[in-house]
Amino acid sequence: MNTFKIGGVHPHDNKEYSAHKQITAVPLPKQAIIPLVQHIGAPAKPVVEKGQKVLVGQVLAEAGGFVSAPIHSPVSGTVTKIDTALDAQGMKMQCIFIDVEGDEWLPEIDRTDTLNAVCKLEPKEIIAKIQAAGIVGLGGACFPTHVKLMPPPGKTAEVLVVNGVECEPYLTCDHQLMLERGEQIMVGIDLVMKALGIQKAIIGIEKNKPDAIQHMTELANKHLGVSVKPLALKYPQGGEKQLIDACIGRQVPSGALPIEVGAVVDNVATLYAIYEAVQKNKPLISRVMTLTGKSVKKPGNYEVRFGTPLTDVIELAGGVPEDTGKVIGGGPMMGRAMQNLDMPCNKRMSGALFMTKADSVRVEPENCIRCAKCVSACPMGLEPYMLAKLSAAQNWEKMEKLNVMDCIDCGCCLFTCPSHRPLLDYIRLGKGKVGGIIRARQMAAQAKK
Amino acid sequence: MNIILVSLLVLGVIGILAAVLLYAVAQWFKVEEDPRIDEVQEVLPGANCGGCGSAGCRAFAENCVKASSLDGLLCPVGGAPTMAKVGEILGMAAVAGDPKVAVVRCNGNCEARPKTSEYNGTRTCAIMSTLYVGETNCGFGCLGCGDCVAACQFDAIHMDPKTGLPVVDEEKCTSCGACAKACPRNIIEIRKKGPDGLRMVVECVNKDKGAAAKKACANACIGCAKCKTVCGADAITVEANVAYIDAEKCILCRDCEAACPTGAIWAQNAPDRKFSGKPAAAAAKTAAAAPAEEGDGKFDPAVAAQIAALPTPQAAGMNLLKRAQAK
Repeated sequence: MNTFKIGGVHPHDNKEYSAHKQITAVPLPKQAIIPLVQHIGAPAKPVVEKGQKVLVGQVLAEAGGFVSAPIHSPVSGTVTKIDTALDAQGMKMQCIFIDVEGDEWLPEIDRTDTLNAVCKLEPKEIIAKIQAAGIVGLGGACFPTHVKLMPPPGKTAEVLVVNGVECEPYLTCDHQLMLERGEQIMVGIDLVMKALGIQKAIIGIEKNKPDAIQHMTELANKHLGVSVKPLALKYPQGGEKQLIDACIGRQVPSGALPIEVGAVVDNVATLYAIYEAVQKNKPLISRVMTLTGKSVKKPGNYEVRFGTPLTDVIELAGGVPEDTGKVIGGGPMMGRAMQNLDMPCNKRMSGALFMTKADSVRVEPENCIRCAKCVSACPMGLEPYMLAKLSAAQNWEKMEKLNVMDCIDCGCCLFTCPSHRPLLDYIRLGKGKVGGIIRARQMAAQAKK
Repeated sequence: MNIILVSLLVLGVIGILAAVLLYAVAQWFKVEEDPRIDEVQEVLPGANCGGCGSAGCRAFAENCVKASSLDGLLCPVGGAPTMAKVGEILGMAAVAGDPKVAVVRCNGNCEARPKTSEYNGTRTCAIMSTLYVGETNCGFGCLGCGDCVAACQFDAIHMDPKTGLPVVDEEKCTSCGACAKACPRNIIEIRKKGPDGLRMVVECVNKDKGAAAKKACANACIGCAKCKTVCGADAITVEANVAYIDAEKCILCRDCEAACPTGAIWAQNAPDRKFSGKPAAAAAKTAAAAPAEEGDGKFDPAVAAQIAALPTPQAAGMNLLKRAQAK
């Protein structure tokens, strides 16, 4: 069975808690808080004013540049203020506050459940619709999707790789989405293939989701050029570069984007959002997230409108369990511990994981025994032990030479280290510093010109 | 026997040849260096801390020799005596700088700034600051992991386990600035030491609006600008909801300390504290409104110099200034 070639680890997937739980809609909040940065790139610029009435789907903020995405109102009501609110890490972010009144939608949005598979739009129109709907990669990185669909001159896309892997332990939202809304995802795939002018799409699904593999294969047979590739179980298979390697056997060079090898990667949730945007005129205003954990009363997959406080979802799932030690935003491998549970759900929020006290304690690190397990586990072929050492010594130049910018933050090194050394913590610090140095250098070079 | 003689002879000849070659090469590629660089380096402390801005003591010595005057060149570790010696060697007048010291601008101790979460990742401030707001709700204050302590070569800064904040040992501090560079939140500032160590410092860098800052920490500066109003020397600026005292202009009258409603302003190394711990509106009115009312409020540098020269300027300073304004 196919998988990526370098590195990887095998954490227990723990998906049994929330797998096959039907997607439940979370009731509307009393007040929605919508962050202006929900994507990679320039922050969105607000176009609404205090006191203005807005409808569901109305544009609240327009894109702040090409690599940016507009933000739409997920609720109807009155804008009360544009101010700072705290994010999951307790840091401040600019937000639009809306007092919710009823649930009135823009008239052009089609809210029926009927499948609309016919699209007569030109490729350019499809991309324009995707851009206007504020769609970003819902796999977690939140990279604006329209940028991916417009390859730079000289580069051509050959194949669409669909990410149905969901390699993060505990998370099941993509799995459930494939089971419940597979047909819509298929139409989304057709739309992206049309937009890119390509005839081939491969859906990568890990073998721990046999029902999804079967369901999607049945559906794919009805769509020309679409096929399903069952993949062996290995983390981080959902990483863009790893998925391309696993599905089509090509390696993306260091520092390059997938388009370099003719591939475009999209998550199943993104494709579902594309279907809704293009065929139903519905902008990206909600997503499916997993709320799970060993002692959560009602773990499951919840569809939330953006701006809903996470506490509302937690309430629906039976409250915070008593033995909670940590709440993680996202999955346990790449997610971050949350300091503030009142934070509003946003495009980034793929899940919330309640870890028990016993599970969330970090073991005291011991000395590096030079076993090189981290080197074998790194899916990017880096030397994590060395990078961590250099970071602690603040040797940023050497870190850059050792390609720290290729690190994808997957945490395999930390997971595999028998001495529990905080490798990723140090590498991430160095990555931030090196990134800053590189940006400063580019700015200086631009200023010279 | 013969073999021994031959080998001795051969090795001896090779040795002589090599010696001649090495001598020739050494002469050929000789680097002419100013002998004064070695002399200057000799009098420098040799800590290689980088506090002077050069990459180590040797580089600083080279810079001194190259420079046309010693203006702007200061070894913070050796201070004025060392610079005098350097000036003697180079035949230039040493420019005396004010002694400086590292100042921690956060007073968010455990009572004032309660913990809201527990961090059990790697205990360095650099990493913690990239991950989240920190163990308290203040996104600007000390993280308490002691990166500054690790950065100090002179054992001059330590964490106080009672308050969870770093404390500077002013006897040992050489004001090299390593701690200030290591602090990811820019809390530590290299400031003028002041007469007998007395200096006015706003011990807060929280840029949040007043209510939010106060909620996170009882000792926070709320940017109310009361200190700015009472300041007779025009030394205080309030920007981004934080007050800042310009040490060059400050006349150490301590009126701002009394006026501060949260106690964010401290007269460091003062024998007592003017701040009563309560909103000091009443105290501010009596003690501090005076200079604003009488005189034209202008600040006389000559008076300030007189004040700075006094052994205990805090009490006498204000009277001197008032007298000058009354004239």
